[in-house]
Amino acid sequence: MKDFQDYKNVWIFAEQRDLELMGVAKELLGEGYRLSRGLSGDSKVCAVIMGYGVSNLIDEAYAYGADIVYTMDHPLLKNYTTDAYAKVLSEAIKSYKPEIVLFGATHIGRDLAPRVAARLNTGLTADCTRLDVNTSDYMDYLEKNTTASLNGLDRNDTSTMLKQTRPAFGGNLMATIITPNSRPQMSTVRPGVMAKLERDDSHKGIHINVAVNLEDDDIRVKVRDVIIEAKKIVSLTDAKIICSGGRGVGSKEGFKLMEEFAETVGGMVGASRGAVDSGWIDQSRQVGQTGTTVKPKIYFACGISGAIQHLAGMQESDIIIAINKDPDCPMMKIADYALEGDLKQVIPEIIEQWKSN
Amino acid sequence: MRIIVCVKQVPDTNEIKINPETGTLIRDGVPSILNPDDANALEAALAIKDSCPDTTTVTAITMGPPQAKEMLKDCIAMGADEAILLSDRALGGSDTWATSNALASGIKQIGSYDLIFAGRQAIDGDTAQVGPQIAEKLNLPQVTYVRSLKLNDDCLTVERALENGYEIIDVKMPCLLTTIKELNTPRYKTVQGIMDSESADISVWNADDIGVDKHTVGLKASPTNVFKSFTPKPKGAGVYVSGGSPKEKVQILLSALEEKHVI
Repeated sequence: MKDFQDYKNVWIFAEQRDLELMGVAKELLGEGYRLSRGLSGDSKVCAVIMGYGVSNLIDEAYAYGADIVYTMDHPLLKNYTTDAYAKVLSEAIKSYKPEIVLFGATHIGRDLAPRVAARLNTGLTADCTRLDVNTSDYMDYLEKNTTASLNGLDRNDTSTMLKQTRPAFGGNLMATIITPNSRPQMSTVRPGVMAKLERDDSHKGIHINVAVNLEDDDIRVKVRDVIIEAKKIVSLTDAKIICSGGRGVGSKEGFKLMEEFAETVGGMVGASRGAVDSGWIDQSRQVGQTGTTVKPKIYFACGISGAIQHLAGMQESDIIIAINKDPDCPMMKIADYALEGDLKQVIPEIIEQWKSN
Repeated sequence: MRIIVCVKQVPDTNEIKINPETGTLIRDGVPSILNPDDANALEAALAIKDSCPDTTTVTAITMGPPQAKEMLKDCIAMGADEAILLSDRALGGSDTWATSNALASGIKQIGSYDLIFAGRQAIDGDTAQVGPQIAEKLNLPQVTYVRSLKLNDDCLTVERALENGYEIIDVKMPCLLTTIKELNTPRYKTVQGIMDSESADISVWNADDIGVDKHTVGLKASPTNVFKSFTPKPKGAGVYVSGGSPKEKVQILLSALEEKHVI
């Protein structure tokens, strides 16, 4: 066993776009806060904010739990590029030696994290849904939620290796991954999975401005433009109620009914891959392994049979209500409430009765 | 121009079913396929070859067990010129870091190249890590999540998908791009291609052939280890509503939700 005593603290790559902290950055600060308190006594959770003109984000990072905020502020960091961000972050990790580094599993986090991990010759675990340093907490989780045997685990074990749990094969198998022989321990975490702390604007910490050593030649790509598409940004991860439609919805027309349904119950329309691939609804609405992971209070699965990739993205929902003609499909088996029937008859009924309540 | 495409043979997860009694995966009889994002990567390479067929060579490379040859034959049947399989017990159990060491060594062994494609991620692991890590080991610029690309001389203009839009990026070759399904529609195998693939000579290279440091590949060298694997606990059975009219069913549902203070 190597000695990793020099490595301390939990770093969060606090991703910003257009000088706004991403939601996942706040979620990771919350998770990082919890992890840091389970590590050795004086461990801190640290936000790492990279960009140009990012100083107005420091207080927000404190408010979501950061004990320390590192900023790397430089004109060449204005737009995200793999080369610039990987260089600056790798050098900072080498000099400050964090024990754990967490990234949001966004298109930027998933571009940056593997590059940095490879440069530092350390391990990286993708798309984690649970992180533990405390063995006893980890055992509680296994006992309550899984069929895992606790053999070989000891509640009095005081080691604090990061146990990184992630779904495989669409969530039907889970694996816990460890990085025993290298530091830092690095993970990407899916947006919408971890809980942020209650915003506390009175919470303050320490700010450290990290000198950035970058030149034009370090960046081998040229970002000509960043285009935000005009379509309304859908944040399925924030929706309390999701009304999802699958192949059973049958058509673009059918999704109009889904829209009315969602509007009535104060929810948002989601979709299965089948409905998206059929061209009935935009890909941004896709729930599942290749789409968005959601855990709303209520998830209506209408005409969705429940392929494992879809289940992976919604099975953590508080209440699942399935509406399907096929009583034997997987979605009807996992649902808290399974209504056997034609969604074209059932949904108008829900709309009517919901309105009259 | 020489284009290398990194591909992976994966179980078709759409075909994987769950054993309802044990909650475990039924993998028997599940077909192996070319990973879907990798098919887009191969298509991107073949489209460039279509535009300059005489001067472009497309090489597919994979790491895997001997059976992965079948998938490489599919790549040739689609139009790849040659295919290389890295296969050796010493490479078994590699995590993404170790896999990228092996593939980077294999690519170095091929020699010169202008462009490397990889699929964004494989459907069995979903990590999206091996592409960027190969780029790092080869010290190449990378662009991930490529949804469109245009070639002008030694420079590419690509669109990189973001969650709510895209970036337009210029990148010089050589470079590595990872592809998503929005980029293109992979072509089918042709009859001639299938015939060619049957007689194609697929190179099989072991760890010595690619000159990789054996301390950087395989299970033991991998920085990440599987600590435990398990299945989630099955949920208790839900409430099943099948009798009565749609109106009655919805009444049952809504009153149950009210009772539990959900609505």
